[in-house]
Amino acid sequence: MDFWDVLFVAARVVLAFVIPLVAVIFLVWGERKINADMTNRIGPNRAGPWGILQTVADGLKLFFKEQVTPRKVEFLLYAAAPILALIPAFMTFLVIPWGEGFTWEIGGKVREFAFVGADLNIGVLFFLAMSSVAVYAIVLAGWSSGSKYPLLGGIRGTAQAISYEAAMGLAIVAVILFASTTSTDGGTLSFVELVERQRGTWDEVVSLPGGLSWFENVLGLIPRWNILPQFIAFVIFMIAAVAETNRAPFDLVEAEQELVGGFHTEYSGFRFAMFFLAEYTNMFNMSAIAVVLFFGGWDGPTFDQWLPGIIVTFLPLFWFLLKTAAVLFVYIWIRATWPRLRYDQLMNLGWKRLIPAALVWLIASTVVVSVRQFGWPWA
Amino acid sequence: MTDQKNRDKHKVDLWLTGTEEPSWLVEGTDEGAQKMALHETERRRADQEGLSVGDDRVLDEEIAPDDELMIVNMGPQHPSTHGVLRVHIELEGEIIRRSKPIIGYLHTGMEKTGEDLTWLQGPTNVTRMDYLAPFHNELVFSLAVEKLLGIDLPPRAEAIRLLMTELNRVSSHLVALATNGMDIGALSMMLYGFRDRERILAFFEKTTGLRMNHNYIRPGGVAADLPPGWQEDIEFILDKIPPRMYEYEDLLKANPIWLGRTRDVGVITLEECLALSVTGPTLRAAGSDWDLRKVFPYSGIENFQFEVPVGEHGDVYDRYRIRVEEIWQSLSLVRQIAESMPDGDYKTDDRKVAPPPRARIDESMEALIHHFKIYTEGFQVPEGEAYVAIESPRGELGAYVVSDGGAKPLRMHMRTPSFANLQALPVMMADSLIADTVATIASLDPVLGDVDR
Repeated sequence: MDFWDVLFVAARVVLAFVIPLVAVIFLVWGERKINADMTNRIGPNRAGPWGILQTVADGLKLFFKEQVTPRKVEFLLYAAAPILALIPAFMTFLVIPWGEGFTWEIGGKVREFAFVGADLNIGVLFFLAMSSVAVYAIVLAGWSSGSKYPLLGGIRGTAQAISYEAAMGLAIVAVILFASTTSTDGGTLSFVELVERQRGTWDEVVSLPGGLSWFENVLGLIPRWNILPQFIAFVIFMIAAVAETNRAPFDLVEAEQELVGGFHTEYSGFRFAMFFLAEYTNMFNMSAIAVVLFFGGWDGPTFDQWLPGIIVTFLPLFWFLLKTAAVLFVYIWIRATWPRLRYDQLMNLGWKRLIPAALVWLIASTVVVSVRQFGWPWA
Repeated sequence: MTDQKNRDKHKVDLWLTGTEEPSWLVEGTDEGAQKMALHETERRRADQEGLSVGDDRVLDEEIAPDDELMIVNMGPQHPSTHGVLRVHIELEGEIIRRSKPIIGYLHTGMEKTGEDLTWLQGPTNVTRMDYLAPFHNELVFSLAVEKLLGIDLPPRAEAIRLLMTELNRVSSHLVALATNGMDIGALSMMLYGFRDRERILAFFEKTTGLRMNHNYIRPGGVAADLPPGWQEDIEFILDKIPPRMYEYEDLLKANPIWLGRTRDVGVITLEECLALSVTGPTLRAAGSDWDLRKVFPYSGIENFQFEVPVGEHGDVYDRYRIRVEEIWQSLSLVRQIAESMPDGDYKTDDRKVAPPPRARIDESMEALIHHFKIYTEGFQVPEGEAYVAIESPRGELGAYVVSDGGAKPLRMHMRTPSFANLQALPVMMADSLIADTVATIASLDPVLGDVDR
């Protein structure tokens, strides 16, 4: 561990902070633009070309605004809640790989610069833990505001997060179970390793009986992403992810038609901006995790014969962001189209549909994986 | 949450007109129970101090003990109370146990103002009440005045009135769909509804000079003839709106979330509707085919073909369906009226009521005098009183005018549908979730200007 190692780690951490931040700036702008297009409006078009600086302008405005603090708040928790929302949001991205990385000979030896904040071997658990912690922010904000609408929003937030965390966890377990069969190393909970195992094409893992060997050529064209075998897990994961990030049609926590602003009704200025930033960072994180779990992460055509080295190094980052943007588009699309669910309907969907479906899928995956690993019990 | 058991427990005491008056009604009306101070109970005092929500409904203590209730004031500054409606709700968790709509935040004394305006200025005043259906306000006031005057209108004037009011019904129902969608969370629907309404408002602006508050329908006819090229404009509207309507059906009717949010929500039975004098789409959704256009036809609407859609469940979904069907019926009416538009004058030739054509003033002393008298003093209306009701997009809109023979009404009162419909809100909302509140309010489609006047 010398100076260069420390510098590399610091650079990775800073990048893991800056990437979601910049992505959120474009995400907020993109959401407003896409939503505007879908509803026959123009959207932001004043700040910068195509209004692209609108988010920056809004952020600056919120930063300089007065923070109105109502008299009845529990100040310590009231002030801590936005921070509590923001920290897990940015921590989550630390464990998500956004590229393959590169090696660089400097300071006397060859060093590796991995494109990930921290390659935790329990990355998946870390992500689940962080998304659970984020609920505290909503509950505490709702309760400490000393007001009725935020309280209702906070209560809704707790119930919602508990219900959908379970379904999301079960969907992820199915994916991890499947991933454990695609390598000789056994199971893994590291996002880096999960992406690594989705590289290549299907013909590398699937061996077909003789008569069907022509089909292997077709499989040779399909990337080995988890989305194909784990499509149902993907659907469950996406529904739970939308609910987990409190986005439409599950945005009951801040349902403005019912609860005015929900848990952040009493927040203004920069504290509100923190909640806003946390929500959109969470959206970005969820999309990034959907990409990592199901769409091969940064995996994509490399073009390493035709392009110069520096572009080849950063091309995975581009693929990663492109796929994430595609998932985010679905988020925005859903928001523009669907009405909001009611509280009891949300609970019914979570407990009566999603969790049973996830359990059934988990059992089915287990059976398939066991058969692949140990053969048929009667054989 | 509207399971039948809870509804039975919270059943409203009803009294239907014509039956024997129950004792609680005699004791409990405004006239019977004025002695608040003497009969003051804990509950009543709490009501007055705003610590609890009081209404005439009997609350089962078993369902909601007092210490588990939370009182929330929804409005008057709330995003989805359609203006300045305030709903005082008593919540148990997220379930509404009792509610009380509180009105008056938009009261501007328009009925009193009407007594200070001449009969000709009257429409300017009443058009501002229900600002989403201004033509209906003007029409009902003009019909009441004409009933006192006893004049007949040329057929073109009546056809223009019908054309405008039916178009206005479409534009008003589009806003109802839009706000209903928005309150349930379908934000796109809000903008789509307002977009299509804009086409109709553009035609209104071309015809009357204003997008809202037109003062176009006046006693004695309408203010101006239809503009040149109006057939193309109507054709444009009739071409553009129907395809959009199919899209909205896809967006809402085919959407399971929408169905889940509207079916069996905010239910009101036909009996309760009649007891609370609910009219309009809300009444028809509950299963009655009461439509004043059929029952007491006005302005020659009996000459045209249209049907009255009727629902059966009386829930938010049925009200939404009724509005959609009424848009179709009104569009068909507009087509029929536009195709059979008679030629002739657009206002009566009674020079004591309607001003003479501008050209006549240069030639005739009499015409000049009539013009001057109508616009300064106003025309006199024979002594008497009249009540006329028409079917506005929200229900029975009635105008009651009393004349002492002068140029101004002695008393002018509007029976507005939003006001009457709003008192059904506690019945619809009892034992529903807080999210259903906004859906229910939106499905009533109240206009607070219409409520408070």
